[in-house]
Amino acid sequence: MQDTPLDTDSLIACPVCDALHHVTDVPDNTRARCHRCHEVLFAPKPDAMTRVVMLAWTALILMITAVFFPFLDLSAGGFEQHSSIMDAITAFSDGLLLPLSFAVAALIVVLPALRLIAILYAVGPMMIGYVPARHATAAFRFAQMLRPWSMAEIFIVGVAVALVKVGGLATVAVGPAFWAFVALVVVTTLNDTVMCRLTIWKTLEDRTRS
Amino acid sequence: MENARRPNAVLTARQAGLVACTTCCKVHPSADARCRRCGSVLRSRDVTSLQRVWAWWAAGLIMYVPANVYPMLRTATLGHETQNTIVGGVMELIAHHAYGVALIVFVASVIIPVGKFIAIAFLALSINRASILSAHARLRLYEVVEFIGRWSMLDVFVVAILSALVQFQFVANVHPGIAAVSFALSVAFTMLSAQSFDPRLIWDADEADPS
Repeated sequence: MQDTPLDTDSLIACPVCDALHHVTDVPDNTRARCHRCHEVLFAPKPDAMTRVVMLAWTALILMITAVFFPFLDLSAGGFEQHSSIMDAITAFSDGLLLPLSFAVAALIVVLPALRLIAILYAVGPMMIGYVPARHATAAFRFAQMLRPWSMAEIFIVGVAVALVKVGGLATVAVGPAFWAFVALVVVTTLNDTVMCRLTIWKTLEDRTRS
Repeated sequence: MENARRPNAVLTARQAGLVACTTCCKVHPSADARCRRCGSVLRSRDVTSLQRVWAWWAAGLIMYVPANVYPMLRTATLGHETQNTIVGGVMELIAHHAYGVALIVFVASVIIPVGKFIAIAFLALSINRASILSAHARLRLYEVVEFIGRWSMLDVFVVAILSALVQFQFVANVHPGIAAVSFALSVAFTMLSAQSFDPRLIWDADEADPS
């Protein structure tokens, strides 16, 4: 390896296969893939920072709406039942099933919300000012770690399945919170598409140093 | 992106005497313990990776047994209680002619978990061994496992929503069964198992045997 000058700042390694790459400028709206395993390394988008912050805010507001407004209304034979997401969370709250109640709450509300807050904390100050907030790197690392554990989109499919199961014995009307939750899933997906992790890591580093 | 050496031979960070951060891709001299950019712990290769993969895998498999044996859902209609296991729930959906939904539930709670156990075991066993699949195919398999594994949580959410919705005192009541807990744990454990796997090990084996 003596023939290659190794300046660690101009190199990156693919997180999946460890292949080294020289960092080159990647134009917006294009993707740079790993030479060996074809993992997407860079996928920068124009105005990404503003879009990430705005989408994360939108998602957070939708999350608050989704939790507190009526989610589904069920009526059968003169009985009526309103349920919010809070009811779905507390459904497991008797005895042995209590831990599951916490897990459901974490997966569909707490972790997605924490992830959005962490993204806002890491990227927001850089959008408004220039310098990232203290511990912004820790916040962004936390957001990255939480990604597989935010299961809002799975919950929505779960609601659809539950509606079909109940459909036979009762009439179900969807409330505002249901649509807020659907919108939340769309906005979160958009956010993940716009956000290029590697670009944010590089920006965080450059701006912390100066 | 351009590789740091010739286009046909791939130079890895380890071969260059460097260690890479898997969170933010920055490379460091191999003596560094923490990433200077994001603060993650640096490991050239995660040597304990396979141990953790197998430990979580076994835990997930153990929890998968009660998840299928015990009832997932207890439905009480006018004092008459029926209990449904995972497969029983699918059968009931088929009986109601909801074939599409039955298929979704069957895929999410039977095909995906079982497929995941097999896929993770295959990936872990194929390290340091000649494999019938190329490194690219195995990486594809790993990505599929990581992406799809979370969707098994679907059935747990369905049970949560049903239990919240159907609470009509004496007429109809739905309560979650104990299998919901073990199924949720099984899914979480297999997710941790997949996350413990260090995909760089796939490519190391590939380098040792350049066929």
